[in-house]
Amino acid sequence: MTRLPPNLIIGAVLVALVAGTAALSLVWTPHDHTLLNIRGKFAPPSELHWLGTDQLGRDVFSQLMVAARNSVAVALISVCLGGVIGVALGLLASAMGGVVEDVIMRIADIGFAFPALLFAIMLAAVFGPSLMVAIIAIAFINIPVFARVTRASANQIWTREYVYAARAAGMGRVTISRDHVLPNIAAPIIVQATIEFAIAILAEAALSYLGLGAQPPAPSWGRMLSEAQTLMYLAPQLAIYPGLCIVTAVLGFSLLGDGLRDITDPRLVRQR
Amino acid sequence: MGYFLFRRTISFVLTLLAVSVVVFAVMNILPGDPALSILGLDATEDALAALREELGLNEPVLSRYLAWIAGAVQGDFGISQSFRVPVSELIAERLPLTVSLAISGMVVTVILAVALGVAAAANHGKAGDWGIMFLSQLGIAVPAFWLSILLVLLFAVKLRWLPPGGFPGWSEPAAAVRSLILPTVALALVQSAVLARVTRSSALEVMRLDYIRTARAMGFSRRRVLWRHVLPNALIPIVTIVGLQFAALVTGTIVIENVFYLPGLGRLIFQSIANRDLPTVQALVMLFAAIVVTANFIVDLLYLAIDPRLKARS
Repeated sequence: MTRLPPNLIIGAVLVALVAGTAALSLVWTPHDHTLLNIRGKFAPPSELHWLGTDQLGRDVFSQLMVAARNSVAVALISVCLGGVIGVALGLLASAMGGVVEDVIMRIADIGFAFPALLFAIMLAAVFGPSLMVAIIAIAFINIPVFARVTRASANQIWTREYVYAARAAGMGRVTISRDHVLPNIAAPIIVQATIEFAIAILAEAALSYLGLGAQPPAPSWGRMLSEAQTLMYLAPQLAIYPGLCIVTAVLGFSLLGDGLRDITDPRLVRQR
Repeated sequence: MGYFLFRRTISFVLTLLAVSVVVFAVMNILPGDPALSILGLDATEDALAALREELGLNEPVLSRYLAWIAGAVQGDFGISQSFRVPVSELIAERLPLTVSLAISGMVVTVILAVALGVAAAANHGKAGDWGIMFLSQLGIAVPAFWLSILLVLLFAVKLRWLPPGGFPGWSEPAAAVRSLILPTVALALVQSAVLARVTRSSALEVMRLDYIRTARAMGFSRRRVLWRHVLPNALIPIVTIVGLQFAALVTGTIVIENVFYLPGLGRLIFQSIANRDLPTVQALVMLFAAIVVTANFIVDLLYLAIDPRLKARS
């Protein structure tokens, strides 16, 4: 057993921290994160309020914990949604080849012309901003990413002898895709998913900062920052904590993704 | 080469068309009555009917799409519902600010990233390399809007060197430039994090090649070899990422303009969403998507200019 790469370990620790906090917030927070206490607003950090209180006297630490849950949930749902559709399309493209493959991949190319922000803007203009808009927009941009990764990896598997053997044995394309191709391309897909998770957390934060994601009173790191921005002269500390949380989460998932890629694809290690 | 150019141009035009179909479809075919969402629930039936007529909502979808595209090609994006002036006028007013921000952001990004990336590669495995790579890993994780807020906290709130936001207009050039400094730095720092990594690994790749060893063996200085032989050959992946990043940078301006209250296209988009001004949102989304597609097209053309091998092959 070779030594695990350091980025994998650091990434795993940070991800565990963020996911653990998100899970813990389901059963326990130091205070009710929605509890108002106008007289106790802008309190400095204390034993009672670990990171102090905001402009409405709400406990900042509890809000950050609940926001972690929001962030992880949005990333999880949108990456899974985009991942499942993208992987299915990639497998289909690879299995069918020819015109079907061309059409799917050209459509994926078009998807790349829409950053999540543009897609969220369109949806928000039509339906009004909501958490759902953020989730759909992030899921949508994940589809072409996963379709490309899946198709590129699957195309290699389709040239292997065991796939020829399976075809000779009369197995259909769907069965081969499911039983032989998918298990053998799981590694690059999981690596991609981890990296997409980091991107999704960044995107969710940006969308809710801009008012296109989580709506009040649901706490989210991005929205906490946009509220803090208007209070910068009064309480600059409120503009620090949510940003640190975003960086921790994004750094965790991107290091974890890099680390996983290092151990699953040894060809890349020489560059590091 | 002519064939490559031809094929690439055709696919560029087709992609633009497909993008326009997606934008139009999302904004027009999804359930909901645009007239109702613009005027609100308390609008009278007459007002709704009049607006539907004005927006051409009574026409079949296909002819509405064709009319929109025909107009857009000539720079006519219809009338803004909230400002009551042609959308093209709104765009023309705000475009210079967004373009200045994007270009200055790109220039600073490239200078910073190439300098850091080459420095890291030249010190491969040493402390400087690790330091630069650590910073760039951090830079990738920092959202541009938070970095902006931190910059404002330091340079506007604490030190009071630069304005925290707003834009005085081009009639006061010095003040205008001052108000663009923080937004440009915020955009460039985040973008250069990715580009510095690509520059480093691309330079390292080239540094291992035989002709670099030969050049060093012939007695050329490290610096000369680095800038004259390594960097030009390491440019191709760098150009690819610059092209992809230009797209990220342009959408980044949407965010940054909202952080710094700059009256550019990004701010206009958000005002239009708040005002339910669908024609303006539709035009701006199409414009931004077209910029992304065009940037990718230009990258492909640049390949031809940079890599003579591609010319020979096609």
